[in-house]
Amino acid sequence: MTIKHTLKLCFLLLLFTCSSSQVSKIEGKRINIDETLEPNKEVEDFIKPYREHVNADMDNIISYALDTYSKSDGELNTAIGNLMADAVYDEGNEVFLKKTSEHIDFVLLNHGGIRAIISQGNITTRTAYEVMPFENSVVVVAMKGNKVNEMMDYLAKAKRAHPISKQLQLTLTVDDKIKSATVLGEPIDPKKTYYVATNDYLYNGGDGMTFFQPNEGLTILDYKIRNVLIDNFKKTDTLNPKIDNRFIKLKF
Amino acid sequence: MKRRQFIQKSTAATVLAGVGGLSLQSFDSSKITKITILHTNDVHSHIDPFGPDDGRNANKGGVARRATLVESIRQENPNTLLLDAGDIFQGTPYFNYYGGELEFKLMSMLKYDLATIGNHDFDNGIDGLYAQIPHADFEFVSANYDFSNTVMDTHVKPYKILIKDGIKIGVFGLGIKLEGLVDKKMYKETVYHDPIEKAQDMSRILKEEEKCDLVICLSHIGYNYKNKPNKVSDLKLARATKDIDLIIGGHTHTFLPKPTIEKNSVGKNVLVNQVGCYGLYLGKVDFYFNSGKNIKADGASIVV
Repeated sequence: MTIKHTLKLCFLLLLFTCSSSQVSKIEGKRINIDETLEPNKEVEDFIKPYREHVNADMDNIISYALDTYSKSDGELNTAIGNLMADAVYDEGNEVFLKKTSEHIDFVLLNHGGIRAIISQGNITTRTAYEVMPFENSVVVVAMKGNKVNEMMDYLAKAKRAHPISKQLQLTLTVDDKIKSATVLGEPIDPKKTYYVATNDYLYNGGDGMTFFQPNEGLTILDYKIRNVLIDNFKKTDTLNPKIDNRFIKLKF
Repeated sequence: MKRRQFIQKSTAATVLAGVGGLSLQSFDSSKITKITILHTNDVHSHIDPFGPDDGRNANKGGVARRATLVESIRQENPNTLLLDAGDIFQGTPYFNYYGGELEFKLMSMLKYDLATIGNHDFDNGIDGLYAQIPHADFEFVSANYDFSNTVMDTHVKPYKILIKDGIKIGVFGLGIKLEGLVDKKMYKETVYHDPIEKAQDMSRILKEEEKCDLVICLSHIGYNYKNKPNKVSDLKLARATKDIDLIIGGHTHTFLPKPTIEKNSVGKNVLVNQVGCYGLYLGKVDFYFNSGKNIKADGASIVV
């Protein structure tokens, strides 16, 4: 190899190292997935046995809804949230009473935990899965009244329709201060122990709910919220929940 | 539709003229390689299309339809990647019944290349996620979750490099802060690190050390938080980093009709995209590469 050739090769190598792939054009778009696309048969066939198994369980009718209920209908309490919190109270209280001989005082859930609307018409097991797809379970927290008051401060500050059961009544002033907070009509006693049912996600500080810790004790009911709903729907011929006065803000 | 065009100011590879009689195919200035990036996010176990009576998304979505679409795009351009930005799990009874097995098997059938981990992918605990790993033929990337002290150790890489027709594509993952969002019992000893710091590390490694032609961030930190200006998001990430070409996002279920163009820390363009949720859309970003020549690094035309 001559020197000239070697030089040529070096130059080429140099070029090669310097050379890079450079973007000259970028195009971005999104494509609809809709009925204009023919389903892939292999994928469809693969899903089929799974679908049939799930649907056999899901499509049995367990109740009827008089109206359509959404978590966005209502300011500080919603019909669907009231339905859920009261269902957790009714079903959870039975289990808690058997376990501890105590009664649940009230229930607190979270607004974000309502994952779907309840549509007017037949209620199936699927409805309960849509509203509550998560595997969260009911826990009952024994907490002093001063911690319950922290909870009230949280609710007043959050100004969201976090579902509460009807035993609790919280009224805010026009400037979002607590006007009154009562359990079964009685003001919250800072020294008394209250049994508050919630779900394990919130108990562990979900949605910034730090007031559950520390506490006076925890009872795990081993009862999924979704199963609470299924059991409650089965017992109820027609669902007709209402927005009420359990959590309100005064207009003036 | 508003179009922003950034015209490349480069000259052809006339430099080769000086080399003499040698002609090499790889130096041919006409060589253009198209890389197609397809993406989904927050599919949330939506395997079947929505029913005809659904109030919002009637007759939309469906994995079998997505499979048809992806296949046709791959036939048109074999240099295609299919990515998912997390929250594969949770949202239909398929997840409650099968724990994510069907989701992973179907994503494998569709030949997904990579996914990142969303907060809901911890919904059956980190053990529940680990249990489904054998059903996934694709890999997971997350640069800011440290899984060292969990069962997921070694099953999630910070980044992955894929090569398509000589184009080196680096993809790294980012996940959202788990504390306060996911029960600690679920994520256990998973350690969260600052996404921006990790993204700066990753883009340096992928661009400078690994010499990637394309750097993609697969993110589940959320597009933008208007009411929480301090919360890290894809838009903040885009502005605070450099050398990232595309951020594919998730978590906030943001339906972007087209990718957002942001300026990075050195004033270059970054694309940020997210396609809502539930497999209603497929995102598609095409990168056209001129390879094998010296081109100034400033600017490609962006058509969105």
